[in-house]
Amino acid sequence: MIQKMYIIDRRLNPKGKSLGNRQRFIKRARNQIKKAVDDAINTRKISDLESSERIRISSDGLHEPHFRPAQDKGHRQRIFPGNKDFTVGDRIKRPPDGKGQNGRNASDSGDGEDSFQFTLTKDEFMDLFFDGLSLPDFIKKSLHKDVSTEQIRAGFRKDGAPANLNLARTMRQSMARRIGMRRPRKKDIMALEEQIDILEQKHAHSPLSPTEHEELKSLKERLSVLRNRMERVPFIDPMDVRYSNFTQQEIPTSQAVMFCLMDVSGSMSERHKDLAKRFFMLLHLFLDRQYKKVDLVFIRHTHIASEVDENAFFYSRETGGTIVSTALEEMLRIIEDRYPAEEWNIYAAQASDGDNLNSDNSHCQTLLSERLLPLCQYFTYIEIWDQHEIEMFPHDQKASRLWQAYEQVMKGRQNFVMKNVSRPQDILPVFHELFSRTHTAGSTAKLAEGIQTGAATS
Amino acid sequence: MSKNDNKSSAQTVKQQHDISHPELPFDHEEDNRQLTEQSHEQSPGALLFHNREWDYRTIQSVYTAIEDIATNELALDTYPNQIEIITAEQMLDAYSSVGMPLMYHHWSFGKSFARDDALYRKGYSGLAYEIVINSNPCISYIMEENSMTMQALVMAHAAFGHNHFFKNNHLFLQWTDANAILDYLQFAKNYITKCEERFGAHAVEATLDAAHALRDNAVDRYSRPPRLESRKAQERELERLEYEQSQYNDLWRTVPKITAEDEEHMDAETLEIARKMGLPESNLLYFLEKQSPRLEGWQREILRIVRNIAQYFYPQKQTKVMNEGCACFVHYYIMNRLYDKGLIDDGIMLEFIDYHTRVVSQPGFDQPGFSGINPYALGFAIMQDIQRICENPTDEDREWFPDIAGSNKAMDILKDAWANYRDESFILQFLSPKVMRDFRLFEITDNSKHPYLEVNAIHNKRGYKNIRTALAGQYAIGNIDLDIQVTHVDLNGDRTLTLTHTRHNNIPIAKGEAYMVLEHIKGLWGYDVRLLSIDPTDDEIKQELTTFDGDS
Repeated sequence: MIQKMYIIDRRLNPKGKSLGNRQRFIKRARNQIKKAVDDAINTRKISDLESSERIRISSDGLHEPHFRPAQDKGHRQRIFPGNKDFTVGDRIKRPPDGKGQNGRNASDSGDGEDSFQFTLTKDEFMDLFFDGLSLPDFIKKSLHKDVSTEQIRAGFRKDGAPANLNLARTMRQSMARRIGMRRPRKKDIMALEEQIDILEQKHAHSPLSPTEHEELKSLKERLSVLRNRMERVPFIDPMDVRYSNFTQQEIPTSQAVMFCLMDVSGSMSERHKDLAKRFFMLLHLFLDRQYKKVDLVFIRHTHIASEVDENAFFYSRETGGTIVSTALEEMLRIIEDRYPAEEWNIYAAQASDGDNLNSDNSHCQTLLSERLLPLCQYFTYIEIWDQHEIEMFPHDQKASRLWQAYEQVMKGRQNFVMKNVSRPQDILPVFHELFSRTHTAGSTAKLAEGIQTGAATS
Repeated sequence: MSKNDNKSSAQTVKQQHDISHPELPFDHEEDNRQLTEQSHEQSPGALLFHNREWDYRTIQSVYTAIEDIATNELALDTYPNQIEIITAEQMLDAYSSVGMPLMYHHWSFGKSFARDDALYRKGYSGLAYEIVINSNPCISYIMEENSMTMQALVMAHAAFGHNHFFKNNHLFLQWTDANAILDYLQFAKNYITKCEERFGAHAVEATLDAAHALRDNAVDRYSRPPRLESRKAQERELERLEYEQSQYNDLWRTVPKITAEDEEHMDAETLEIARKMGLPESNLLYFLEKQSPRLEGWQREILRIVRNIAQYFYPQKQTKVMNEGCACFVHYYIMNRLYDKGLIDDGIMLEFIDYHTRVVSQPGFDQPGFSGINPYALGFAIMQDIQRICENPTDEDREWFPDIAGSNKAMDILKDAWANYRDESFILQFLSPKVMRDFRLFEITDNSKHPYLEVNAIHNKRGYKNIRTALAGQYAIGNIDLDIQVTHVDLNGDRTLTLTHTRHNNIPIAKGEAYMVLEHIKGLWGYDVRLLSIDPTDDEIKQELTTFDGDS
């Protein structure tokens, strides 16, 4: 008995069949995964921040309980293979943690373990990492409106270009009208014609009876009525025709530029730079998720400022004094040059250890409040302190001159914030504080208040 | 479905037992395992394939050659075959949804996918070479990255070995519905998706969680389940609500009356209620589906879906050794015959033997990679030995197997075994002293009262019977699933549901997990739940777990 065998190639079937299950699983394990993600961010290198991440989570709440026999109690006869030198009556010390029971139950379900490890994709990782963070509301309100528009569908219309003819909708209209106007169906007419045909055939061979004559006559009359009606009610009338309608919708500018400003003078150690880099990295990743396109501009400064590429920004060494305003001026120049504020959402992050030429502080103040801040969406200032400095100095003496000057700038402004960090672990909390939704959910006043208290405690 | 996963055996390629020792091709003429009296000389035939890579035409021609052997020499009786080629990712998908080609959505499948995916990517575990579905037509999934040799092996293994077993074993015939399972799964998936849309993903998830917790206690053990009828299921679900409600109102209306009656009447009434509710009932999900006062119609249907799918897997649990043994026996025979006929060359035969050896290897208890007795190894060894006993019996075999020794009817006996036995009875009947010796089996007594384990029997004359009985006992259904029944519903009081666990060998229920399951049952039942664990020897209550003292 030979049966037909079919080979089916399923390899091209849609992928990601288990995606739905995966999303449900991640939702279920959200708390554990979030914790693991936050832990991971503190320990992993910055350079691979944006790759996929293998994480280990505890299986709390992921347990699938069943009624099971207790492994360590009761009386069991067990069979094992591979006897080498046991003989009847040998006593074996009970192996610790139930290894002897390995055979029957330990491997047939994976539920016994306390934790398990799996890999999050980059997107899942970033989603969880930035979970609960968003751009402050006032920034959303002032997102730059650009001329860029998008075509979106907007119902149907009665006139339009032939290319936009919507056949399905047109036929629907036509059918409704034909039914409404009782246009005879082709099927009915054909049936009539057939009946007439039969009678006429019969007539050709033999004379018809009077009743048949009557019938033929009435059939012919009906046919002509139906034909007339069919002619009067067209299959498609111009009034049936519908066109798809499109309208232009303005979409907000989706491009942003992020300025990274950093003091690279001698007083900034590698550790300082590393902390600064972590912050820049986070901000960039965050903005990347908010905008379609994010440009990066790196400006480093000593007593002079220059625009450099990323590598030089983080790794090359410079010597010289420290004049912060040079960097601000450079930034201003670049904005005027390449990034007109009406087309770009401008963000800036400045990192410094707080050193500045004393006479320059007031200049920075005016530059910021009068020229830069009106152009910027958001300006963050991160001051990096040494761990021992924090321990050594009492609270009020910690603030640098630059910090004090910036505090003046901050008053009454929403788009300027400043924070200090001293350890890598601080970066993430500070970042969360800057962008967490609780600060921004309500009014802008609440945000200002949050920043105020943030500043006061620092 | 049966996973031919070599997780347990992948680590050790070395052979421990001469029974499964591969016959190298050049020894092959001395091989006396052939069932038919055909020449063992390799006759010059046109090779079916030379390449490592497979293509459709080769698969088709190899399939035809295999089918020729399977139907004309082994006379296997199979469902029509459908072979589907899938990628590694699709294999992982199938893994995570308990091996079925389609399944409803649930986070637990996502969890197992995440774990399997991580293990696979890190190289800790390989993937199955194939998955086969007990359906009509019988669907075998084979992986695209298998070599042509592997595809041949897999087709012989799954499309003929497992297929024959599915179509003939009495458990599968009695408990599963090969014709309807795929339709039913499709219905289940759609139904649960619709429930998620209507009642919210969270509510559906909670119901499924609870139902999954009772999956092992959701089988009709003593009666044949009704056939799956996915088309009618929708209508039935509509009727169900009204019907259940009327029946259940009737039932509960008796409650106030009873409290007014005398004590004696109450006892009678209680018995009457127990009878109406069908107590005692071992199918917990069935009981909850029919009797729970709290569930909505859609929740009852979800319980039913989980129950039906659990039912479908019930025979697989009880026939793992036989099912895999049958498939291994068939693929081993077919591949050897292909070689004898000159359809495959030495290189391909060696490659096959390498795979085969890994699949049927049995590491010793103290060796790395040991994870219990490998059902592939045990099943294959016993079946090969049946053939040996039929054809080349020793005096020992004549003593142990007077009926079959030297009968030369190996295939008849094997087919009868495949059709009419389950693991427990199969081992009890056919495990021979030779296999016990080859596996060097020994029995230990593990009594938690003693700080030591005691060796009870080893593979010697005095030990054979003990070992055989104990090994069969390990595969007994009473040993796999706990005996838990709904025994009482307190309709006179607070509607507490009482479950009774009858202990086997005085083994208690694992407490921590049991409390979680009880909470799930409470969610489905709507009122408190009590679990009593009794020792059947003296009916003494050894353990009492309840949902109202869950913290203790």
